[in-house]
Amino acid sequence: MAIIQIKGVAKQYGKVHALHSIDMTIADQEFMVLLGASGCGKTTLLRIVAGLETATTGEVWIGEKRVDKLAPKDRGIAMVFQNYAVFPHLTVYENIAFGLRMAKMEQKEVDRRVERTATLMHIEGLLKRYSGQLSGGQRQRVAVARALATEPQVLLMDEPLSNLDALLRMEMRAELKTVLAESNTTTIYVTHDQVEAMSMADRIAIMNGGKIVQASSAVEVYRNPAAHFVGSFIGNPPMNFLTADNSGDGFWQVAGVRVKGPDTSQKSIQFAIRPEDIVVHGKSGDGSTASEGAFTAGVRILEPLGSHLLASCKVDDQLFRVVLNSDAEVQPGDTLQWSPQADRVRWFDPETELALSTV
Amino acid sequence: MSEAHRFGSGPVQAAGPWSRYLFTGAVVVLCLWVLVPIYLLLVNTLSSPEAVATYPKRALPEFDTQSLAFFMNYAGVGQALWNSIKVATVTMILSIGAGAPAGYALSRFDFRGKDTFRVLVLMTRAFPLPLLALPLAVLYIRIGLDDSILGLALVHTTLALPFAVLITFSLFSGIPIELEEAAWTLGCNRFQAFIKVILPLVLPGIAASAIFAFVISWNEVFAAAVLTIEHRTLPAFLLQGLAESPLHLKFAGGAVLVLPALLFIFLVRKYLFSMWGIANR
Repeated sequence: MAIIQIKGVAKQYGKVHALHSIDMTIADQEFMVLLGASGCGKTTLLRIVAGLETATTGEVWIGEKRVDKLAPKDRGIAMVFQNYAVFPHLTVYENIAFGLRMAKMEQKEVDRRVERTATLMHIEGLLKRYSGQLSGGQRQRVAVARALATEPQVLLMDEPLSNLDALLRMEMRAELKTVLAESNTTTIYVTHDQVEAMSMADRIAIMNGGKIVQASSAVEVYRNPAAHFVGSFIGNPPMNFLTADNSGDGFWQVAGVRVKGPDTSQKSIQFAIRPEDIVVHGKSGDGSTASEGAFTAGVRILEPLGSHLLASCKVDDQLFRVVLNSDAEVQPGDTLQWSPQADRVRWFDPETELALSTV
Repeated sequence: MSEAHRFGSGPVQAAGPWSRYLFTGAVVVLCLWVLVPIYLLLVNTLSSPEAVATYPKRALPEFDTQSLAFFMNYAGVGQALWNSIKVATVTMILSIGAGAPAGYALSRFDFRGKDTFRVLVLMTRAFPLPLLALPLAVLYIRIGLDDSILGLALVHTTLALPFAVLITFSLFSGIPIELEEAAWTLGCNRFQAFIKVILPLVLPGIAASAIFAFVISWNEVFAAAVLTIEHRTLPAFLLQGLAESPLHLKFAGGAVLVLPALLFIFLVRKYLFSMWGIANR
């Protein structure tokens, strides 16, 4: 129930820059996911918002209040930790009630809130147990219930599902999404799992090397990566990149084919296309009529993945992946004729690594 | 740590039969080294004065409490025992009072010279007490601390403090920092988080570390003998008084000294192991 504003937040450990001047506004009730590989600064940023870490420079605002000088308890936040951090010497009930007791709430209200959040997280039968008697999934539920019971303005979650096994993670993902949508809090959620990020987020902030590279909706970061890093990080398999040489007038030579692209004066840029945005016309020499100006790709490795067939190919001696139909008749060594779906082609500047606009 | 223990190859599992015999043999010898004197001490303590003086010894004690009873009524023993308890209690309070905060700071904060500090804490144990005892005695007489409970307790605290710091350091390190952080985000300040979350979890270990400090003071004889005259602790009193006593009284005195220490150490062994990084939980 509050806007979070992060203004010029930077963090330095000695000479190492963990965060480079981050600016970000998270809207009221938004579910923002910080996504990135380990060491990209996402957890540091979250801990700065929580008050568990102090920024070297910059301001953090929650609602109308500047909080970066305040202790965690005065920020109106609640946090869920990766290793759950359920207090081992207290029962589940007392764990959930911990924040309420600190706020000196009346016993009746404590009872009401514990019961409500426990029911929400489906742990109402475990209230008398200790954390040692719970499974990992149950502990995580307790941790979330404990955070929600305080009805925080802002909920911070640090890789909350990464210690759970794959099946449980999928189940908890959907459940968390439902619960958080009802709770009306503004949420910052840190993860390194892109599927988790894309399935839950209103907006994903992709971080790399202590910077936010792009902050947009799941579809937007997938379709229109703002930078080379985003294209190569998001998507499994990731985006394909091919070198494009300038042939004048906004045309580019890509793997021997002339393609219309951005009108810049650079000598060489990058042509990018997602593996599933490729139309395969057929194999070379099988008599099918290839359209004029089609690309070729030499198939190297085939991976049947059930829903589709993933072909790793070479195009102009560069690695190139194509998603084919599961029943496509292709053998390693074949040469595919293909062309990109025109509206899905993206271009990147190899020096700034940023996307180039085609308009 | 328990993982490593389970899958690790200790000397016993990895070695061939010969080194296994050697290992077992060494363990047996070390156990006998400690247990045989204690056993003889017990047998002689619980034997009548006549039996103590004869040879060969009986394998089992007679359960004659004559020597013990005489010893306990011996003039000054009661007072010395009471002094010992007072000094050990003050030592216990001082070393935990100073040692636990130091242990907490070592485990939770990064500060300049942290590693050096840890080594220095251990180094204090390298100073031979006789070297310090005489200057200390002179100093104590000047400032009027000589022959006092507090003065002796201060010396014993310097002996017990390194252990208190290291044991509590390992206790606090065993508690995930996230528990504290979770408490902070749930409305606690640092102090409240410590009282409500950390303290209940470390209390058994703190108690063990306190008992260990108690035992160190209880066993210490040199400083006690040098620094006290009227207010002798039991070891110092025995050192002075029993030298000329008959054999059976020496045994009784020894037993009175050894048994409480042995019992206490046995109770807290789990935490002493954890201080040396041997997982025992």
